[in-house]
Amino acid sequence: MSEVREPKRLMKGNEAVAEAAIRAGCRTYFGYPITPQNELAAYMSKRMPQVDGVFVQAESETSAINMVYGASAAGARVLTSSSSPGVALKAEGLSYLAGADLPSVIINIQRGGPGLGTIQPSQGDYFMSTKAPGHGDFKCLVYAPATVQEMADMVGDAFEKADQYRMPALILSDGLLGQMMEPVALPPIKDPADCPQHDWAMTGTKGERAPMEINSLQLYPEELEAANTERYARYDVVKANEQAAELYQTQDAEIIVVAYGASARTAKSAVDLARDAGIKAGMVRPLLVWPYPDDSINDLIEAGKVKGFLTVEMSMGQMVEDVRLVVNGRLPIDSYNRTGGLVPDPQAILAKMNEMQAQFAEGGV
Amino acid sequence: MARTMPAPKDNEKVVFERTKGLTDTAFTYCAGCMHGTVHRLIGESLEALQVTGSTVGVAPVGCSVTATNFFNCDMVQASHGRAAAVATGIKRVNPNNIVFSYQGDGDLAAIGTAESVHAAARGEHITVIFINNAIYGMTGGQMAPTTMPGQITQTSPYGRIIAQDGYPLRVVEMLSTLDGVAYAERVSVDTPKNIRAAKRAVRKAFEYQRDKRGYSIVEVLCTCPTNWGLNPLDSADWMRKNMFPYYPLGVYRDIKAEGFENIVDAAAAKLEDQKAAYAAQVEAELAREIAKEERKASMKADIAEAADSKGGA
Repeated sequence: MSEVREPKRLMKGNEAVAEAAIRAGCRTYFGYPITPQNELAAYMSKRMPQVDGVFVQAESETSAINMVYGASAAGARVLTSSSSPGVALKAEGLSYLAGADLPSVIINIQRGGPGLGTIQPSQGDYFMSTKAPGHGDFKCLVYAPATVQEMADMVGDAFEKADQYRMPALILSDGLLGQMMEPVALPPIKDPADCPQHDWAMTGTKGERAPMEINSLQLYPEELEAANTERYARYDVVKANEQAAELYQTQDAEIIVVAYGASARTAKSAVDLARDAGIKAGMVRPLLVWPYPDDSINDLIEAGKVKGFLTVEMSMGQMVEDVRLVVNGRLPIDSYNRTGGLVPDPQAILAKMNEMQAQFAEGGV
Repeated sequence: MARTMPAPKDNEKVVFERTKGLTDTAFTYCAGCMHGTVHRLIGESLEALQVTGSTVGVAPVGCSVTATNFFNCDMVQASHGRAAAVATGIKRVNPNNIVFSYQGDGDLAAIGTAESVHAAARGEHITVIFINNAIYGMTGGQMAPTTMPGQITQTSPYGRIIAQDGYPLRVVEMLSTLDGVAYAERVSVDTPKNIRAAKRAVRKAFEYQRDKRGYSIVEVLCTCPTNWGLNPLDSADWMRKNMFPYYPLGVYRDIKAEGFENIVDAAAAKLEDQKAAYAAQVEAELAREIAKEERKASMKADIAEAADSKGGA
C-alpha cells in the first residue's frame, strides 16, 4: 500500500487490532470478557462512544455472535472478539452467518485447551477455524497475523473480503500477539459512509420495495443443495484469489519450515540460525490459513530443490494436516510442536532441522 | 402460496380487508392453531401505527420458523433462542427501525432464557411477542418450560413430574421485575373478547417501542391442538381450565400507567424509593441500638445504685 501512514506508536496487539477495526469503518462491536483478549473489548468500550459507534457487552459469547448476526443483517460492518473457549461458543452463530451469507469479522486471541486449559497463548484452534467453525458445510476466511502490525493491517482486509464474498472472516491470533506491544503504523481512517452499502440489508421496506428476509432455512433438498453448491463455487473463487504466504529464504532452500502466526516468529529465527550453520533452510508462512497457500508449497516442490518440510506449531499438530494434503506424499514432513502456552524455541527447531539434514545425508527419511 | 382477493364488483362494498401488515401468503399452521390470529394482530398493529415499512421482524426456531413468509416487513431468521440477541443487533444499528421478535416458549424460556432476560434487563427498545402454548410444537410435542404440572407430552409421558422436572416458568411475572421493562402483559386469543384485549396489548407494546419507553413484551396464551391431541374447542377449554389459573391474564408492568414516561424515569424513581426505604431502615436500626445502649446504661446505673445501698447498710 502506498498511502501515507501515521508515525508508528507502541501498542498491544489487542488494542491495535481494535483501533484498526474502527479505522476500517467498523462502528459496531459486541463482546464478552475472556482472557487474554480483554484489552480488545475494553478498548472498544472506550472508543466506540467517541465515534458514535455501538458497544454492547453481551451476556455470553453466544449472544454476542447473534448480536453480530442481527447487526450484519441490518447492514453494519460488525466485529466481535473472544478467545478459544468463547469462540467455540460462537460456532452456532458462525454457521448461521455463513448460511445466511452475512459478512462479519471475528477475532480469536487463542489460548491453550482443551477445556479451561490455560490463559497462555496457543494455536490449538486451527482445526476449529479452518475445518469446522460450526455445523454444516461452510468456510470462513481465516487470517493468521504474526505481528501487531499485521493484526492492524489484516482486520481492514478481513472486513473488505468478508463483504466481497459475503462470508465471515476470522482473525486467528493468539495471546502472545494480543498481549505483546510492538511499534505499529495504524492504517488510514476510513469513513463508514465509504464502506459498501448492502442492498440486501434489513432496514425496513420504507414502502418502496417488497419485504426481504435474511434466512438460512432451506427446507427443500434441492434448494439447500443449490445454495451449498453456490457457496462452494464462491469458495473456489476465494481459493483461487486469496491465498497468501510470506516466502522467506526459499529460493535455494532444502528444508522448508512451515509456520503461521506467533510460532512463525521463532521459526524465522530458527531459519536464520540454520543458515548460519550452513543448512539451506527457508520458510513458508501462510498469511491466511483458509484458503491455505497450497500454490506456494506446490511451486516450491515443483522447483525441485526442497528435500523436506518441517511444520512448527503451538498445538499438537493441526496445520500439518494441510501441509500433508498439499505435499501428498511427495516429500517427507516432520513436525515440531509445543503446547500448554510454551512457545517453540529457535534452538529446538534448529535441532530438528539438524536431524532432518542428517537423514537427508544418509539418503533416507 | 398467495391468495389475492378479487376486486369488488360495482354493487359490492369492501367492509373488511386482510391487514396490509401481512403478506398474501397463506398460513401453513395446523388447523385450529392460534398463530394465525396473533400474526393478524401484529399485522394490524403495524398497519395501524403506519410502521410496516420501518419494521424488521425476527422469526425464531419453532412452528413460527416460517413467520418470515407472513409478515409484510423485512424479516430476519434467528437461531434457536437467540431472537432477542439478533433483535438487539438490528435495533442498535438502526435505532429508528421498529424491531420485534416472535418467539415460542421453548425458544424464549428455555434455550433463550439468557438472551431474553438480558435484552429485557438492558431495556432494549424492542417488542417481544411470546407465544406460550405449554409445549414444543414444531419438534412434535415435547415438554416445554411452560408445560403444566401433570401434562403429558412426548418427553413427559407420565405427565410433568414436579420432583423431576421442576415448575413451569411464569415469564411476564419474572421479566416485569426488571427495570428495563416498560410494558409486560399476558393475554390470550381464545374468545373475541380476549382477542380484542390482545389486540390492544400488542398495539400498546409497539407504541411503547415507538415512543422509546423501553422493552415491551406480550405473552399470548395459545393452544396446540395437534400436539395436545385435542380438537380446537376442547383445546381452548383445556387452556382455560389448566393454564389460565397458573398464568393469570393481565398487565404485569406498565410504566405509563405507573406515571412514568420511560424506563429511565421509572428506574430512577424506584431507586429513590429504595434509597429512602434503606435510609429509614438504617435509621430505625440506629434508633434500636441507641435505645439498647440507653437500656444497658440505665440497668448498670440501677445495679450500681443497688450495690451502693447494700454497701451502705
